Amino acid sequence: MSYPSNSNIHLFRNEILNLCKQDVAKCIQCGKCSAGCPISPEMDIQPNQIIRLIQLNDREGVLRSNTIWLCASCETCSVRCPEKIEIATIMDILRKLSLEANIQAGEKNIVKFDQIFLDSIKKRGRVHELGLVIRYNLTTGQPWKDVHLGPIMFMKGKFSLLGHRIKELERVKEIFRLSRRIKSQE
Amino acid sequence: MTESSQNENIEIFTYSEVIDVKGFVGNFDVTIRKKPRYVDMGKCTGCGLCIEKCPTKVPSEWDLGLGMRKAIYKPFGQAVPNVPVIDKENCRFFTTGKCKVCQKICPAQAIDYEQKEELIKKKFGAIIVATGFTQFDPSVYGEYGGGRFKDVITALHLERMLDASGPTGGHVIRPSDQKEPKNIVFIQCVGSRDESKGYPYCSRICCMYTAKQAILLKDHFPDTQSYIFYIDIRAGGKNYEEFVKRAQREYGAIYIRGRVSKIYEKGDKLIVRGVDTLTGKQIEIEADLVVLATAIIPQPDSKELAKILNIPHDQYGFFTEAHPKLQPVESLTKGIFLTGSCQFPKDIPDSVATTGAASIRACEILSKDELVLDPKIAKIDPEICSGCLNCLEVCPFDAIERNEVNGKIIAQVIPTLCHGCGNCAATCRTKAANVEGFADDQIYAQIASIVEILQKEKLLELSE
Repeated sequence: MSYPSNSNIHLFRNEILNLCKQDVAKCIQCGKCSAGCPISPEMDIQPNQIIRLIQLNDREGVLRSNTIWLCASCETCSVRCPEKIEIATIMDILRKLSLEANIQAGEKNIVKFDQIFLDSIKKRGRVHELGLVIRYNLTTGQPWKDVHLGPIMFMKGKFSLLGHRIKELERVKEIFRLSRRIKSQE
Repeated sequence: MTESSQNENIEIFTYSEVIDVKGFVGNFDVTIRKKPRYVDMGKCTGCGLCIEKCPTKVPSEWDLGLGMRKAIYKPFGQAVPNVPVIDKENCRFFTTGKCKVCQKICPAQAIDYEQKEELIKKKFGAIIVATGFTQFDPSVYGEYGGGRFKDVITALHLERMLDASGPTGGHVIRPSDQKEPKNIVFIQCVGSRDESKGYPYCSRICCMYTAKQAILLKDHFPDTQSYIFYIDIRAGGKNYEEFVKRAQREYGAIYIRGRVSKIYEKGDKLIVRGVDTLTGKQIEIEADLVVLATAIIPQPDSKELAKILNIPHDQYGFFTEAHPKLQPVESLTKGIFLTGSCQFPKDIPDSVATTGAASIRACEILSKDELVLDPKIAKIDPEICSGCLNCLEVCPFDAIERNEVNGKIIAQVIPTLCHGCGNCAATCRTKAANVEGFADDQIYAQIASIVEILQKEKLLELSE
């Protein structure tokens, strides 16, 4: 495979710069983001390589990776980056771009998990753990996954059967409405 | 340069070379060969009429063949003195016997075809060696075209093109078709850091001048895109790292960590194939121009010069300093100092700094009526010396001379040259040569004394 593409090599860099004010050209490839990332062993492309691929204008390579979906947004990378690049913010933007471009994520289930998670928040204002796990297991076709943990967690009071609703659910719904409006304005 | 040529205390010998150095610190006898320039320096006014009228054109060395010069020429615009020289190899008069245009046109009648080589003998107190470097010939790299591709140039070529008074008037063009390049690939460490090519050291200046060239290119020609293949960026110096970062951020130079493995032609483009080791992916770039950062290597005749000056050099031919940390501008021969890249690759600030240091060291010698020397030097007893002169052969500093006293041949030490290494003392069969304070008798006496003390202590121990 050969890089980079013939188009303007700064295209992707500038796109990211416009979307979130983060300039990947600042990256000195020290690798501290990858070194501190708790999920890095699971990632197909390391966080520093993601930044590198943006520098080299490899849009597809970045958006197809499972890294952007595995990122837990813990922001360890952003906090430790010597060049003050907010890598977690970039990951967020990349997820958005990946969805918009309708690119099959390397980890399909992650997108599903995100959707179920957000659904739960939308309905109750907080996560209903049991409901989330059941829906996730059913959607991904693995109904018995981690079932043996259920009774233990229940006994320890880690989740309730029916779940809770927050008091001012309307305000959470307002957040969803607002974000949808912002998206449509875009 | 002009200022120093006008200083009454500075005499400049141009178009000349040192062919012999004898003597020692404070008393160097130097023989200088002044080559004939066929122009009388006293008469020439530097009007340049001869250069204008000369019918012979040859590729200019100063512009690395990118431009032409005449057979009578000044090496470069600001050359000192402002007097041209005739290139005998190419001059029509010297090759065919006809022409003499320059002589006819010269209003000062300064052209003198009869000029002969001159040998000048002069005494000097100290010598500063500043013979500089040359650049590595990249044509040994077959994978980079081996000199076949016209659009694979060295950084020095690009430097000449970027010069507003250079052969292209400051325009960067592809040598093959004179078109302006869009994609420019820089390759670092061509020759340097390459054991297989014989130069495993870092040339130290390439990282910085490449960043500078990438910035200048973007500045002068905003449409261009620079790609820089590097192994490491070595930007150790005041504001150097910031400068390289500026090239990356503000001027959009793309730095790719990895060595280029192959360059090949495709249409009028050059395909540069390398790797980005940061992602582990192979990279191919369609380049219009490829610029090689070639290694800094010693002058081809540096080893001969070292022999003339009697100073040591390393395996490459760079002159060796007396001590890498504490005597960085001194050579091992007293009174001879080193500066600039004849010692090892240096950038401009380093060269300026070492030149200042070497000059002050030389002044130190010249400002004194008497020199203080290390007392631990060799002495040869003329009474015992048999005159075999074996010591003369082994002395690494040429500090022993043959002498005749009352018809008898003896060896004699030149105190200012001797470093007290003891080679002569070890070689001397008659034990006439000794390092002062370290004669065999003295050392035996020391040993005897130590033994005596030890014995006394032991006796004391026994009595307790």
